[in-house]
Amino acid sequence: MSNVFIAFQANEDSRPVIEAILEDNPGAVSNASPAMVRIDCEGQLVIRRESIEARVGRDFDLQEIQLNLITLTGHLDEDDDQLTLSWKQ
Amino acid sequence: MDMEASKKKLGLKERYNHLTRGLDWETSYQPMEKVYPYTRYEGIKIHDWDKWEDPFRLTMDAYWKYQGEKEKKLYAIIDAFAQNNGHLGVSDARYINTLKLFIQGVSPLEYMAHRGFAHVGRQFDGASARVACQMQSVDELRHAQTQMHTVSNYNKYYNGMHNWRHWHDRVWYLSVPKSFFDDAMSAGPFEYVVAISFAFEYVLTNLLFVPFMSGAAYNGDMGTVTFGFSAQSDESRHMTLGLEIIKFILEQDPANVPIVQRWMDKWFWRGYKVLTLVSMMMDYMLPKKVMSWKEAWEIYGEQNGGALFNDLARYGIRKPKGWEQATIEKDHLSHQAWATFYNYGAAALFHTWTPTEQDKDWLSEKYPASFDKLYRPRFEHWEEQAKQGKRFYNTTLPMLCTTCQIPMLFTEPTDPTKICYRESDYKEEKYHFCSDHCKEIFDHEPEKYVQSWLPVHQIYQGNCFNPGVDPTAPDFDPLRAVLDFYKMNFGRDNFDFEGSEDQKNFAQWHGEGA
Repeated sequence: MSNVFIAFQANEDSRPVIEAILEDNPGAVSNASPAMVRIDCEGQLVIRRESIEARVGRDFDLQEIQLNLITLTGHLDEDDDQLTLSWKQ
Repeated sequence: MDMEASKKKLGLKERYNHLTRGLDWETSYQPMEKVYPYTRYEGIKIHDWDKWEDPFRLTMDAYWKYQGEKEKKLYAIIDAFAQNNGHLGVSDARYINTLKLFIQGVSPLEYMAHRGFAHVGRQFDGASARVACQMQSVDELRHAQTQMHTVSNYNKYYNGMHNWRHWHDRVWYLSVPKSFFDDAMSAGPFEYVVAISFAFEYVLTNLLFVPFMSGAAYNGDMGTVTFGFSAQSDESRHMTLGLEIIKFILEQDPANVPIVQRWMDKWFWRGYKVLTLVSMMMDYMLPKKVMSWKEAWEIYGEQNGGALFNDLARYGIRKPKGWEQATIEKDHLSHQAWATFYNYGAAALFHTWTPTEQDKDWLSEKYPASFDKLYRPRFEHWEEQAKQGKRFYNTTLPMLCTTCQIPMLFTEPTDPTKICYRESDYKEEKYHFCSDHCKEIFDHEPEKYVQSWLPVHQIYQGNCFNPGVDPTAPDFDPLRAVLDFYKMNFGRDNFDFEGSEDQKNFAQWHGEGA
């Protein structure tokens, strides 16, 4: 199965999002470059609202991640609670 | 109140459905095909527009809210940049030349993308498709504006940025990006979105924005990394749209598959050729380098694109035809491009230079199969000539590829010491190409490409001199006359970085301090 990835600007808004992703996706690996962090994961990667809320200590709208999003790959499925990136094969 | 207030807010999917399906209607005074007249002639068959799903499902209120936040953040940084002498913070004045190329070649394409998406955002039959394209149209206008605002701060201090709009329509190397977008804009709406949303945004844009913007950050350019990543936050939405478009078209009818495959072959190659400029920005123009073109191609091309086409194989889609050649060329592309600009440094609106010792060592390390053998000797020869006061400037005009409009600088895929030439005959005229793929694109649509505005041809036809210039005058200097027509500040905007006003000013600003 191929990797999916997502990249964020390296800043304080992104930090809890990145931490949540790394904890919720055991196979996920983060790569830092100047000003950005890319997270790769084989097959599928899930971003969960609750995990981010637990870190930021407030309600979090998943669409807020768009403010610091740089790029992503894979098929995207998003609802109020989670955002999933995946390849079908 | 008669109505009981609902206890729970609508979910994301429901809100998005109300915005799109809920606000759409079938026309009755006029048949739908007259209201949407452009979506049938390309041969794409759509049976059910309601199958279109925008994965991000952004509603208008959320769109304005988030875009507003992005703008506030960006302009706060642009203000800080202007107030704190941000133009002095870059690694070296050579770096500024990437911004010149960017404002001359890329920002005008953002504006064209705004126009293109406004057009398809009106013309698609399905409401979700229209909404997504209209949002993208507004995004692209934002990108053009924020790039102009950011670069305007540099324009106060450095040469080569003051007249980019005029240059974009005239200057020889800028016809490469310009003709790329004109080609897409003059195609039908489905080909346009396959070209721009899928082939360019999804498959290729990471190669432009991600490593290059990270490179801008690494070189201390706060303004560019900020507009770059602010644009890129929209880009993620555009990329998912690109993939959705492809899935939607392919799932609607099996007859769409061969049409889409041909467009992918064409637009992958057209876009890849435009990125030739990016390859040399990364390898030669960033004083502090983050990643080679070859590494970027391996990550964002081979791995990421490979995963994508692997996934699309279930629809009967294969990798674009030029894919293998792009992979072979990763060892050569940037070196051949920069060598060409070095040659034509008198006619370019940015500075060129030979790589420093440190640069050469980095290039040897990143390109063990090609740099020391093929390219280092060439740059060292030019360096030696320059030391003797004979800096080489090529004053003849190159033959251009009729399709991609790049000078014929690329080598044979099987032999990096031999220039690749291809040609076709059409209506008793001969047309020249840099590659098999550019030839194939021409051969499929010759009536389109015989109209190409090729800068070299236009110069030889006398169409690139100012009014009143007399080409028969005894002291007539054709090259100089063309550069006057470009409105180049001769001696300031062009020539080698060594000895340039940019170089002198930068040294003086840093030497004298505040």
